[in-house]
Amino acid sequence: MAGSENKYKSDGTLIGGALEWVDARFPATSLWKEHLSEYYAPKNFNFWYFFGSLALLVLVLQIVTGIFLVMHFKPDASLNASGVPVAFASVEYIMRDVEWGWLIRYLHSTGASAFFVVVYLHMFRGLLYGSYRKPRELIWIFGLLIFLCLMGEAFFGYLLPWGQMSYWGAQVIVNLFSAIPLIGPDLSEWLRGDYVVGDATLNRFFSFHVIAMPLVLLGLVAAHIIALHEVGSNNPDGVEIKKHKDANGIPLDGIPFHPYYTMKDIVGVVVFLIVFSAIVFFMPEFGGYFLEFNNFIPADPLKTPPHIAPVWYFTPFYSVLRAVTSDFIPFLWLFIAAIGMICVRPSKLPLLVKLGYLGFVGAMFVLLGVPAVLAGWVGIKLTSIVFVGLEAKFWGVVAMGASVVIIGALPWLDHSPVKSIRYKGPIYKIVLALFVVAFFILGYLGVLAPTPMRTLVSQICTLIYFGFFLLMPWYSQIDKCKPEPERVTG
Amino acid sequence: MKKRMTALLFAPIFALLTTAAQGAGAELHLDKAPNKRTDNAALQHGAKIFVNYCLNCHSASYMRYNRLQDIGLSDAQIRENLMFTAEKVGEPMRIAMTRADATAWFGAAPPDLTIVARSRASEFGSGPDWLYTYLRSFYRDEARPTGWNNTVFENVGMPHALWELQGIQVKGADGKLSVEVPGKMTPEQYDEAVADLVAYLQYMGEPVSEFRKKLGLMVIVFLGILLVFAYALKREYWKDVH
Ligand code: HEC
Ligand code: HEM
Repeated sequence: MAGSENKYKSDGTLIGGALEWVDARFPATSLWKEHLSEYYAPKNFNFWYFFGSLALLVLVLQIVTGIFLVMHFKPDASLNASGVPVAFASVEYIMRDVEWGWLIRYLHSTGASAFFVVVYLHMFRGLLYGSYRKPRELIWIFGLLIFLCLMGEAFFGYLLPWGQMSYWGAQVIVNLFSAIPLIGPDLSEWLRGDYVVGDATLNRFFSFHVIAMPLVLLGLVAAHIIALHEVGSNNPDGVEIKKHKDANGIPLDGIPFHPYYTMKDIVGVVVFLIVFSAIVFFMPEFGGYFLEFNNFIPADPLKTPPHIAPVWYFTPFYSVLRAVTSDFIPFLWLFIAAIGMICVRPSKLPLLVKLGYLGFVGAMFVLLGVPAVLAGWVGIKLTSIVFVGLEAKFWGVVAMGASVVIIGALPWLDHSPVKSIRYKGPIYKIVLALFVVAFFILGYLGVLAPTPMRTLVSQICTLIYFGFFLLMPWYSQIDKCKPEPERVTG
Repeated sequence: MKKRMTALLFAPIFALLTTAAQGAGAELHLDKAPNKRTDNAALQHGAKIFVNYCLNCHSASYMRYNRLQDIGLSDAQIRENLMFTAEKVGEPMRIAMTRADATAWFGAAPPDLTIVARSRASEFGSGPDWLYTYLRSFYRDEARPTGWNNTVFENVGMPHALWELQGIQVKGADGKLSVEVPGKMTPEQYDEAVADLVAYLQYMGEPVSEFRKKLGLMVIVFLGILLVFAYALKREYWKDVH
């Protein structure tokens, strides 16, 4: 690929000579061309297309600020002379005694939330324009893996300041693993490295947060972008620009990424930085959502806070977890069975797969649903143990995991003849709106303490959430779509 | 028609949401703390009350004495008027009492107060609001080992440290507090003194906060100007894209 005609020729100056020397030994010119000056992107990118480059910006910001934080942070849960955990005190030391430490810390803590805002919007763009559809399935899967890593990164990082919410949040989440049958309790102990969250946990989370997760994250981001540049970007019209090329093989609706999109993304970056700075400098706690108030109290293993809420970006999934109570499980299986009837029966899947699916769902319903319903009739309250000894909490964990992983199935669930919402029919628009509303409600309820009413609402929203994905093979086919244009519009 | 359908679909969700939003916990009424964060005289007065009345039980171990230069005090003033136990002005505000002793005496160790103004914020009000209300809500309660109770912190382990100033409050049958034995200050003077103390606690919670806002304004103005240039540059490059 890097033929000699692509190599840099010196113009006789010293710098030119140096460039020629490097280029003869390293594919600098060809990399530059392939990914920037001759990477042709559709010319009709809109607002939603800023968030990929913004995610890159925030990634770099987190790494750079993180490097400086590590210079002063001490992952140590033992108490100092004033009876404060060393880790907690070291964060306050950064806030007060390290030059510009407060700014570095606020950039990093606000950056964590900004990362999720940006990535959620970036993913929503995918839902709007069908960016996950063929041939971009792998970009989407890498994206989802990035999202999973990001959640891990945020979870591990949140323990480090060793405040009350850090401590009890980690305690609650690690305890979830103990709901797994047989190996659960041992597994959660192995994760903590102790019987309770303690110094060993703090040290290993520190290691994950500063090296393991960022390494994986960087690798995945590279894969994400390489895959994107292999197939080319989608656009708000959802039509392939590579279908119409000029005599030189350049897409007619494409423009070189550099300088067009580099210049445009700089505008996006500055606007983002204005909003970001407004938060960093004027409301770094963001009303308790970015820095929780309780986390200004050092971790105390003997004092459980009255209400433990995860940080906002986890709350939609946390709500799904809490929605799965033992009385909800039969409905969940009934729901899955109904979806199977709607989607799986008329599909082209092999008969064996269909029968296997129905058999599995039927068995689950009989095993888990029926006993719960019967017990309800005769007045026995199955609060936590549902038949075969699996706790509702276990199914909650499964549902929470499924609610994230199912995003990766989108490329195969969407059977619409068009990609972009611009040409999709009314059903998708309504369903997507319902999905977004349900997602926000789940997020909102995840911050609050549960009440019976709130649990009911979160159960309804959980069904809407899963319905959006699982019913897609059905509704994406019956929706009345408009014809796609041949070329991109405005 | 389509709009009606959509409205029909969403109405039940919003109805459910509003029901769900109704709080489960008890309400906590807090008085609004006067904002004296930028009033150096008030902050200095607050610092004085703090070291005299609180710094024997509570530490402020992330706060160094010489940081008080922020609020207009010189090292000499700090050393003469505010330092009783520490040797050097660069030392943090530690205390001699150990946590074990404190727990034995009060049933609970007095927590470090450096960032209490941040940790006590809640949906009911800001941290300063809570502190302002708390420090004015102690009342006589013989049932408690210390003889004191508090309406916003039930069965608190802390005795009323400022009772000489406020006097002794009692709780009436209606739950309202009233001063039974007057202290050295009138209720107005006492509120003023507590406001100063709370302003100091707020300052101590984040000494950099005022500088942070000033710097933020400059950063945003700078970015605003940069935006104009960035946008002009983009326009220039995109002229020929149709
Ligand atoms: C005699 C020792 C003593 C003195 C003096 C004292 N406190 Fe306390 N304070 C305590 C104890 C003990 C607690 C813990 C109460 C509990 O947890 O029940 C406490 C708790 C508090 C709390 C609640 C902290 C929290 O977030 O839970 C605040 C605020 C507070 N004190 C402020 C002050 C201020 C301001 C002063 C000075 C005017 C002061 N205290 C003087 C002993 C003292
Ligand atoms: C660290 C986080 C991430 C970074 C740095 C990142 C970066 C990028 C960049 C720079 C682009 C090209 C610009 C654009 O189209 O906006 C892109 C495209 C894309 N990203 Fe991401 N991304 C991240 C996370 C995700 C996640 C979580 C998903 C979804 C699960 C995802 C899905 C996609 C898809 C489908 C595209 C192609 C869009 C198209 O061609 O229209 N990304 N990403």
